[in-house]
Amino acid sequence: MAASHKITVEGAGEATCYEGERALVAMERAQGFGRLKNLPYRLPVGCRRGGCGVCRVRVTAGEFKADPMSRAHISEADEAAGLVLSCAIYPLSDIELRIEPPHFVKKAKTAATESQETA
Amino acid sequence: MAMTGVLRPGFAQVRVLDMEKSLDHYIKRIGMHHVTTGTDGRVYLKCGDEFDHHSLVLRKADHAGIDAFAFKVASEADLDSFEKRVIAYGYPVDHVAAGEQPGLGRRIGWTLSSGHRIELYAHADLSDPKPMIHNPDVWTVEPHGMGARRMDHCLLYGPDIEKTLDFFEKVLDFKCAERVDMPDGLLAIWMSCGMKAHDIAFVKHPEPGKLHHVSFELESWADVGHAGDIITRYDISVDIGPTRHGITRGQTIYFFDPSGNRCEVFAGGYTYYPDSPTRTWDETQIGKGIFYYERQLNAAFLSVVT
Repeated sequence: MAASHKITVEGAGEATCYEGERALVAMERAQGFGRLKNLPYRLPVGCRRGGCGVCRVRVTAGEFKADPMSRAHISEADEAAGLVLSCAIYPLSDIELRIEPPHFVKKAKTAATESQETA
Repeated sequence: MAMTGVLRPGFAQVRVLDMEKSLDHYIKRIGMHHVTTGTDGRVYLKCGDEFDHHSLVLRKADHAGIDAFAFKVASEADLDSFEKRVIAYGYPVDHVAAGEQPGLGRRIGWTLSSGHRIELYAHADLSDPKPMIHNPDVWTVEPHGMGARRMDHCLLYGPDIEKTLDFFEKVLDFKCAERVDMPDGLLAIWMSCGMKAHDIAFVKHPEPGKLHHVSFELESWADVGHAGDIITRYDISVDIGPTRHGITRGQTIYFFDPSGNRCEVFAGGYTYYPDSPTRTWDETQIGKGIFYYERQLNAAFLSVVT
Protein backbone atom coordinates (compact mmCIF):
# COMPACT_ATOMS: atom_id res chain seq x y z
CA MET A 1 0.00 0.00 0.00
CA ALA A 2 1.17 3.50 -0.83
CA ALA A 3 2.57 5.82 1.78
CA SER A 4 0.02 7.96 3.58
CA HIS A 5 -0.35 11.16 5.58
CA LYS A 6 -2.82 12.08 8.29
CA ILE A 7 -5.29 14.91 7.70
CA THR A 8 -6.64 16.37 10.92
CA VAL A 9 -9.93 18.14 10.22
CA GLU A 10 -10.40 20.67 13.01
CA GLY A 11 -13.25 19.72 15.30
CA ALA A 12 -14.30 16.84 13.07
CA GLY A 13 -11.84 13.96 13.10
CA GLU A 14 -9.05 12.50 11.00
CA ALA A 15 -8.58 11.17 7.47
CA THR A 16 -5.89 9.00 5.93
CA CYS A 17 -4.62 10.47 2.66
CA TYR A 18 -2.52 8.24 0.42
CA GLU A 19 0.38 9.50 -1.69
CA GLY A 20 -0.86 11.39 -4.72
CA GLU A 21 -4.44 11.53 -3.46
CA ARG A 22 -6.54 14.69 -3.27
CA ALA A 23 -7.19 15.75 0.34
CA LEU A 24 -10.92 15.99 -0.36
CA VAL A 25 -11.09 12.43 -1.67
CA ALA A 26 -9.46 11.18 1.54
CA MET A 27 -11.90 13.25 3.60
CA GLU A 28 -14.91 11.91 1.67
CA ARG A 29 -13.73 8.36 2.32
CA ALA A 30 -13.11 9.14 6.00
CA GLN A 31 -16.62 10.49 6.42
CA GLY A 32 -17.98 7.41 4.67
CA PHE A 33 -16.20 5.27 7.27
CA GLY A 34 -17.46 7.43 10.16
CA ARG A 35 -14.05 8.95 10.93
CA LEU A 36 -15.24 12.59 10.73
CA LYS A 37 -17.80 11.78 13.39
CA ASN A 38 -17.87 15.25 14.90
CA LEU A 39 -18.70 16.90 11.59
CA PRO A 40 -22.41 17.70 11.97
CA TYR A 41 -23.12 17.93 8.24
CA ARG A 42 -22.21 16.25 4.95
CA LEU A 43 -18.75 17.33 3.80
CA PRO A 44 -19.15 19.99 1.09
CA VAL A 45 -18.18 18.30 -2.19
CA GLY A 46 -18.51 19.96 -5.58
CA CYS A 47 -16.57 19.50 -8.79
CA ARG A 48 -13.47 17.96 -7.12
CA ARG A 49 -11.33 19.71 -9.76
CA GLY A 50 -10.57 23.18 -8.40
CA GLY A 51 -13.32 25.07 -10.21
CA CYS A 52 -16.47 25.51 -8.12
CA GLY A 53 -15.07 26.63 -4.76
CA VAL A 54 -17.33 24.50 -2.56
CA CYS A 55 -14.58 22.62 -0.67
CA ARG A 56 -12.65 25.63 0.65
CA VAL A 57 -10.39 24.94 3.64
CA ARG A 58 -7.65 26.71 5.59
CA VAL A 59 -4.51 24.63 6.03
CA THR A 60 -3.08 25.49 9.44
CA ALA A 61 -0.12 23.08 9.45
CA GLY A 62 1.71 20.78 7.08
CA GLU A 63 3.03 20.67 3.52
CA PHE A 64 1.17 20.02 0.30
CA LYS A 65 1.34 20.55 -3.43
CA ALA A 66 -1.53 22.08 -5.35
CA ASP A 67 -3.18 22.00 -8.75
CA PRO A 68 -4.41 25.27 -10.27
CA MET A 69 -7.47 26.57 -8.41
CA SER A 70 -10.09 28.98 -9.71
CA ARG A 71 -9.13 32.56 -8.84
CA ALA A 72 -12.86 33.26 -8.61
CA HIS A 73 -12.70 31.38 -5.30
CA ILE A 74 -9.09 31.46 -4.09
CA SER A 75 -7.21 34.74 -4.58
CA GLU A 76 -3.42 34.89 -4.49
CA ALA A 77 -3.69 36.47 -1.02
CA ASP A 78 -5.99 33.64 0.09
CA GLU A 79 -3.53 31.05 -1.15
CA ALA A 80 -0.63 32.76 0.65
CA ALA A 81 -2.71 32.60 3.85
CA GLY A 82 -3.26 28.85 3.48
CA LEU A 83 -6.77 29.06 2.02
CA VAL A 84 -7.16 26.40 -0.65
CA LEU A 85 -9.69 24.10 -2.26
CA SER A 86 -9.24 20.72 -0.59
CA CYS A 87 -9.92 18.92 -3.89
CA ALA A 88 -6.87 20.57 -5.45
CA ILE A 89 -4.23 19.83 -2.79
CA TYR A 90 -2.11 16.73 -2.31
CA PRO A 91 -0.62 16.44 1.20
CA LEU A 92 3.16 15.90 1.37
CA SER A 93 3.16 15.55 5.17
CA ASP A 94 0.57 15.20 7.91
CA ILE A 95 -1.60 18.28 7.63
CA GLU A 96 -4.17 20.10 9.75
CA LEU A 97 -7.02 22.03 8.22
CA ARG A 98 -10.23 23.86 9.02
CA ILE A 99 -13.30 23.75 6.79
CA GLU A 100 -14.18 27.26 5.56
CA PRO A 101 -17.44 28.41 3.97
CA PRO A 102 -17.39 28.80 0.18
CA HIS A 103 -16.33 32.26 -0.88
CA PHE A 104 -16.57 34.31 -4.02
CA VAL A 105 -13.64 36.61 -4.69
CA LYS A 106 -14.95 40.11 -5.29
CA LYS A 107 -14.22 41.68 -8.63
CA ALA A 108 -13.78 38.37 -10.43
CA LYS A 109 -14.38 39.23 -14.05
CA THR A 110 -17.74 38.17 -15.39
CA ALA A 111 -17.89 35.84 -18.34
CA ALA A 112 -19.24 38.59 -20.52
CA THR A 113 -16.63 41.25 -19.78
CA GLU A 114 -13.79 38.81 -20.20
CA SER A 115 -15.11 37.43 -23.47
CA GLN A 116 -15.08 40.98 -24.76
CA GLU A 117 -11.41 41.25 -23.94
CA THR A 118 -10.65 38.30 -26.16
CA ALA A 119 -12.92 39.52 -28.95
CA MET B 1 -41.20 21.93 -40.46
CA ALA B 2 -39.31 24.79 -42.00
CA MET B 3 -36.39 25.78 -39.84
CA THR B 4 -35.68 29.48 -39.97
CA GLY B 5 -34.09 32.03 -37.69
CA VAL B 6 -32.05 30.39 -34.95
CA LEU B 7 -31.16 26.90 -36.22
CA ARG B 8 -29.29 25.30 -33.32
CA PRO B 9 -26.55 25.70 -30.72
CA GLY B 10 -23.30 26.57 -32.48
CA PHE B 11 -20.50 26.69 -29.95
CA ALA B 12 -19.70 27.12 -26.28
CA GLN B 13 -16.54 28.96 -25.25
CA VAL B 14 -15.39 27.53 -21.92
CA ARG B 15 -12.58 28.66 -19.61
CA VAL B 16 -10.11 26.05 -18.41
CA LEU B 17 -7.28 26.16 -15.86
CA ASP B 18 -5.04 23.55 -17.54
CA MET B 19 -5.23 23.27 -21.34
CA GLU B 20 -3.32 20.00 -21.70
CA LYS B 21 -5.53 18.11 -19.23
CA SER B 22 -8.60 19.70 -20.78
CA LEU B 23 -7.68 18.50 -24.26
CA ASP B 24 -7.29 14.94 -22.94
CA HIS B 25 -10.72 15.26 -21.34
CA TYR B 26 -12.65 16.61 -24.30
CA ILE B 27 -10.76 14.76 -27.04
CA LYS B 28 -9.69 11.39 -25.59
CA ARG B 29 -12.55 10.92 -23.10
CA ILE B 30 -15.61 12.70 -24.48
CA GLY B 31 -14.50 11.81 -28.00
CA MET B 32 -14.17 15.19 -29.72
CA HIS B 33 -11.68 16.07 -32.45
CA HIS B 34 -9.09 18.85 -32.52
CA VAL B 35 -9.79 21.26 -35.38
CA THR B 36 -7.24 24.00 -34.85
CA THR B 37 -5.43 26.08 -32.26
CA GLY B 38 -5.66 29.86 -32.61
CA THR B 39 -2.76 32.29 -32.40
CA ASP B 40 -4.10 33.46 -29.02
CA GLY B 41 -3.98 29.89 -27.66
CA ARG B 42 -7.69 29.14 -27.81
CA VAL B 43 -8.34 25.57 -28.98
CA TYR B 44 -11.22 24.68 -31.31
CA LEU B 45 -12.87 21.25 -31.08
CA LYS B 46 -15.74 19.47 -32.80
CA CYS B 47 -17.64 16.21 -32.66
CA GLY B 48 -17.43 13.72 -35.51
CA ASP B 49 -21.10 14.03 -36.49
CA GLU B 50 -21.00 17.82 -36.87
CA PHE B 51 -20.46 19.52 -40.24
CA ASP B 52 -19.53 22.97 -38.95
CA HIS B 53 -16.03 24.14 -38.13
CA HIS B 54 -16.15 23.76 -34.33
CA SER B 55 -18.59 23.48 -31.46
CA LEU B 56 -16.38 23.96 -28.41
CA VAL B 57 -13.74 26.60 -27.79
CA LEU B 58 -11.40 26.18 -24.82
CA ARG B 59 -9.69 29.26 -23.43
CA LYS B 60 -7.02 29.08 -20.73
CA ALA B 61 -7.90 31.36 -17.82
CA ASP B 62 -7.35 31.62 -14.07
CA HIS B 63 -10.95 30.69 -13.29
CA ALA B 64 -13.40 28.21 -14.76
CA GLY B 65 -16.79 28.89 -16.35
CA ILE B 66 -18.31 29.94 -19.66
CA ASP B 67 -17.41 32.99 -21.78
CA ALA B 68 -20.25 32.72 -24.28
CA PHE B 69 -22.82 30.38 -25.79
CA ALA B 70 -23.54 30.90 -29.48
CA PHE B 71 -26.27 29.85 -31.88
CA LYS B 72 -26.15 29.51 -35.65
CA VAL B 73 -28.86 31.31 -37.59
CA ALA B 74 -30.08 30.50 -41.09
CA SER B 75 -28.88 33.56 -42.99
CA GLU B 76 -27.01 36.85 -42.85
CA ALA B 77 -30.38 38.60 -43.13
CA ASP B 78 -31.45 36.81 -39.93
CA LEU B 79 -28.39 38.24 -38.17
CA ASP B 80 -29.41 41.76 -39.14
CA SER B 81 -33.00 41.15 -38.16
CA PHE B 82 -32.08 39.63 -34.77
CA GLU B 83 -29.71 42.53 -34.09
CA LYS B 84 -32.59 44.99 -34.46
CA ARG B 85 -34.88 42.87 -32.30
CA VAL B 86 -32.28 42.41 -29.51
CA ILE B 87 -31.58 46.16 -29.45
CA ALA B 88 -35.30 46.93 -29.44
CA TYR B 89 -35.67 44.63 -26.41
CA GLY B 90 -33.07 46.73 -24.62
CA TYR B 91 -29.79 44.81 -24.74
CA PRO B 92 -26.85 46.62 -26.41
CA VAL B 93 -25.39 44.51 -29.24
CA ASP B 94 -21.72 44.37 -30.22
CA HIS B 95 -20.05 42.97 -33.31
CA VAL B 96 -17.30 40.38 -33.60
CA ALA B 97 -15.48 40.35 -36.93
CA ALA B 98 -15.42 37.33 -39.22
CA GLY B 99 -12.37 35.20 -38.47
CA GLU B 100 -12.07 36.24 -34.81
CA GLN B 101 -12.73 32.54 -34.33
CA PRO B 102 -11.22 30.50 -37.17
CA GLY B 103 -13.83 29.23 -39.61
CA LEU B 104 -16.66 31.48 -38.45
CA GLY B 105 -18.24 34.49 -40.11
CA ARG B 106 -19.22 37.72 -38.34
CA ARG B 107 -21.00 37.39 -35.03
CA ILE B 108 -23.27 39.58 -32.96
CA GLY B 109 -23.31 39.34 -29.20
CA TRP B 110 -24.96 40.72 -26.08
CA THR B 111 -25.22 40.00 -22.37
CA LEU B 112 -28.47 38.77 -20.86
CA SER B 113 -29.65 40.13 -17.52
CA SER B 114 -28.75 36.63 -16.24
CA GLY B 115 -25.12 37.64 -16.83
CA HIS B 116 -24.49 35.34 -19.79
CA ARG B 117 -23.09 36.38 -23.15
CA ILE B 118 -25.06 35.02 -26.11
CA GLU B 119 -23.82 35.24 -29.69
CA LEU B 120 -25.33 34.57 -33.12
CA TYR B 121 -23.61 33.91 -36.44
CA ALA B 122 -24.75 32.77 -39.86
CA HIS B 123 -21.64 31.33 -41.46
CA ALA B 124 -19.33 28.48 -40.48
CA ASP B 125 -16.81 26.77 -42.72
CA LEU B 126 -16.98 22.99 -42.78
CA SER B 127 -14.14 21.07 -41.17
CA ASP B 128 -13.00 17.46 -40.88
CA PRO B 129 -14.05 15.03 -39.69
CA LYS B 130 -17.61 15.56 -40.80
CA PRO B 131 -20.45 13.28 -41.90
CA MET B 132 -20.30 11.92 -45.44
CA ILE B 133 -22.99 13.20 -47.79
CA HIS B 134 -22.71 10.84 -50.79
CA ASN B 135 -23.41 7.15 -50.18
CA PRO B 136 -22.70 8.02 -46.58
CA ASP B 137 -21.30 5.59 -44.06
CA VAL B 138 -22.54 5.97 -40.50
CA TRP B 139 -19.33 7.73 -39.60
CA THR B 140 -16.22 9.00 -41.36
CA VAL B 141 -13.80 8.37 -38.50
CA GLU B 142 -14.76 5.66 -36.02
CA PRO B 143 -16.04 7.03 -32.69
CA HIS B 144 -13.60 7.03 -29.79
CA GLY B 145 -13.93 7.69 -26.07
CA MET B 146 -17.56 8.34 -25.15
CA GLY B 147 -18.33 8.86 -28.83
CA ALA B 148 -20.01 12.29 -28.54
CA ARG B 149 -21.96 13.02 -31.73
CA ARG B 150 -22.60 16.69 -31.16
CA MET B 151 -22.39 19.51 -28.66
CA ASP B 152 -26.09 19.63 -27.86
CA HIS B 153 -27.03 22.32 -25.31
CA CYS B 154 -26.01 24.05 -22.12
CA LEU B 155 -27.62 24.81 -18.77
CA LEU B 156 -26.83 28.23 -17.34
CA TYR B 157 -27.43 29.57 -13.82
CA GLY B 158 -28.25 33.21 -13.12
CA PRO B 159 -30.82 35.71 -11.90
CA ASP B 160 -33.81 37.17 -13.74
CA ILE B 161 -35.07 33.93 -15.22
CA GLU B 162 -38.55 35.32 -16.05
CA LYS B 163 -36.96 37.99 -18.24
CA THR B 164 -34.68 35.41 -19.87
CA LEU B 165 -37.70 33.30 -20.80
CA ASP B 166 -39.51 36.34 -22.15
CA PHE B 167 -36.46 37.35 -24.19
CA PHE B 168 -35.85 33.96 -25.78
CA GLU B 169 -39.55 33.60 -26.66
CA LYS B 170 -40.16 37.11 -27.96
CA VAL B 171 -36.82 37.97 -29.56
CA LEU B 172 -35.16 34.71 -30.61
CA ASP B 173 -38.43 32.79 -31.30
CA PHE B 174 -37.59 29.92 -28.92
CA LYS B 175 -40.38 27.85 -27.33
CA CYS B 176 -40.44 26.74 -23.71
CA ALA B 177 -40.63 22.95 -23.79
CA GLU B 178 -40.60 22.47 -20.05
CA ARG B 179 -40.57 24.56 -16.85
CA VAL B 180 -40.41 24.16 -13.06
CA ASP B 181 -42.59 26.44 -10.94
CA MET B 182 -41.93 26.61 -7.21
CA PRO B 183 -44.11 28.30 -4.60
CA ASP B 184 -41.85 31.36 -4.81
CA GLY B 185 -41.89 31.52 -8.59
CA LEU B 186 -40.26 30.20 -11.74
CA LEU B 187 -37.17 28.08 -10.97
CA ALA B 188 -36.07 26.59 -14.29
CA ILE B 189 -36.78 26.64 -18.04
CA TRP B 190 -35.86 24.34 -20.93
CA MET B 191 -36.16 26.09 -24.29
CA SER B 192 -36.07 24.82 -27.85
CA CYS B 193 -35.34 26.51 -31.17
CA GLY B 194 -36.04 23.37 -33.18
CA MET B 195 -37.31 19.88 -32.45
CA LYS B 196 -35.11 18.92 -29.52
CA ALA B 197 -36.54 19.07 -26.01
CA HIS B 198 -33.93 21.72 -25.22
CA ASP B 199 -31.26 23.80 -26.89
CA ILE B 200 -30.60 25.96 -23.85
CA ALA B 201 -31.83 25.85 -20.27
CA PHE B 202 -31.66 28.22 -17.30
CA VAL B 203 -32.02 27.78 -13.56
CA LYS B 204 -32.63 30.71 -11.21
CA HIS B 205 -29.50 31.47 -9.20
CA PRO B 206 -28.42 34.57 -7.28
CA GLU B 207 -24.98 34.88 -8.87
CA PRO B 208 -24.95 35.94 -12.55
CA GLY B 209 -23.12 34.35 -15.45
CA LYS B 210 -22.64 30.84 -14.06
CA LEU B 211 -22.25 27.58 -15.99
CA HIS B 212 -24.02 24.45 -14.80
CA HIS B 213 -23.04 22.21 -17.70
CA VAL B 214 -22.29 21.84 -21.39
CA SER B 215 -23.91 18.74 -22.85
CA PHE B 216 -22.90 16.32 -25.58
CA GLU B 217 -25.23 13.88 -27.30
CA LEU B 218 -24.54 10.14 -27.55
CA GLU B 219 -26.23 7.57 -29.76
CA SER B 220 -27.77 5.30 -27.14
CA TRP B 221 -28.37 4.43 -23.49
CA ALA B 222 -25.64 1.78 -23.90
CA ASP B 223 -23.23 4.57 -24.81
CA VAL B 224 -24.17 6.39 -21.58
CA GLY B 225 -23.15 3.22 -19.70
CA HIS B 226 -19.90 3.08 -21.65
CA ALA B 227 -19.29 6.72 -20.71
CA GLY B 228 -19.73 5.68 -17.07
CA ASP B 229 -17.04 3.04 -17.54
CA ILE B 230 -14.69 5.64 -19.01
CA ILE B 231 -15.40 8.07 -16.15
CA THR B 232 -14.35 5.47 -13.58
CA ARG B 233 -11.45 4.05 -15.58
CA TYR B 234 -9.84 7.47 -15.92
CA ASP B 235 -10.82 8.75 -12.45
CA ILE B 236 -12.95 11.57 -13.83
CA SER B 237 -14.89 13.35 -11.09
CA VAL B 238 -18.52 12.19 -11.38
CA ASP B 239 -21.55 14.17 -10.25
CA ILE B 240 -24.47 11.78 -10.78
CA GLY B 241 -25.54 8.97 -13.07
CA PRO B 242 -26.05 7.05 -15.18
CA THR B 243 -29.65 8.02 -14.57
CA ARG B 244 -32.55 9.61 -16.39
CA HIS B 245 -34.25 12.98 -16.34
CA GLY B 246 -38.01 13.20 -16.01
CA ILE B 247 -37.60 16.60 -17.63
CA THR B 248 -36.73 16.03 -21.35
CA ARG B 249 -36.56 12.23 -20.61
CA GLY B 250 -32.85 12.20 -21.43
CA GLN B 251 -30.66 9.31 -20.22
CA THR B 252 -27.65 10.93 -18.70
CA ILE B 253 -24.44 11.02 -16.73
CA TYR B 254 -22.86 14.17 -15.27
CA PHE B 255 -19.17 14.64 -14.57
CA PHE B 256 -16.58 17.39 -14.34
CA ASP B 257 -13.79 18.48 -16.63
CA PRO B 258 -10.27 18.95 -15.14
CA SER B 259 -11.13 22.59 -14.30
CA GLY B 260 -14.39 21.75 -12.55
CA ASN B 261 -16.74 22.67 -15.39
CA ARG B 262 -19.63 20.22 -15.39
CA CYS B 263 -20.18 18.15 -18.54
CA GLU B 264 -23.11 15.94 -19.47
CA VAL B 265 -23.33 13.15 -22.00
CA PHE B 266 -26.84 11.95 -22.71
CA ALA B 267 -29.00 9.98 -25.12
CA GLY B 268 -32.66 10.13 -25.98
CA GLY B 269 -35.20 12.74 -25.00
CA TYR B 270 -38.49 13.42 -26.70
CA THR B 271 -39.14 15.23 -29.96
CA TYR B 272 -40.46 18.73 -29.43
CA TYR B 273 -42.84 20.24 -31.97
CA PRO B 274 -43.41 23.99 -32.02
CA ASP B 275 -47.09 23.48 -31.22
CA SER B 276 -46.38 21.15 -28.27
CA PRO B 277 -47.80 22.49 -25.01
CA THR B 278 -45.24 23.41 -22.35
CA ARG B 279 -44.71 20.59 -19.84
CA THR B 280 -44.75 21.82 -16.24
CA TRP B 281 -43.42 20.56 -12.91
CA ASP B 282 -44.16 21.67 -9.37
CA GLU B 283 -42.38 21.39 -6.03
CA THR B 284 -43.99 18.04 -5.15
CA GLN B 285 -42.40 16.18 -8.09
CA ILE B 286 -39.24 18.22 -8.75
CA GLY B 287 -36.98 15.39 -7.57
CA LYS B 288 -38.49 13.04 -10.16
CA GLY B 289 -38.27 15.76 -12.79
CA ILE B 290 -34.55 16.23 -12.32
CA PHE B 291 -33.49 12.64 -11.52
CA TYR B 292 -36.22 10.19 -12.49
CA TYR B 293 -34.77 7.14 -10.72
CA GLU B 294 -33.35 8.74 -7.56
CA ARG B 295 -36.45 10.99 -7.27
CA GLN B 296 -34.46 13.52 -5.28
CA LEU B 297 -31.92 16.17 -6.05
CA ASN B 298 -28.33 15.61 -5.02
CA ALA B 299 -26.72 18.40 -3.01
CA ALA B 300 -24.44 19.45 -5.84
CA PHE B 301 -26.98 19.83 -8.62
CA LEU B 302 -28.49 23.10 -7.41
CA SER B 303 -25.36 24.64 -5.91
CA VAL B 304 -22.20 23.58 -7.72
CA VAL B 305 -21.46 25.77 -10.74
CA THR B 306 -18.46 27.45 -12.35
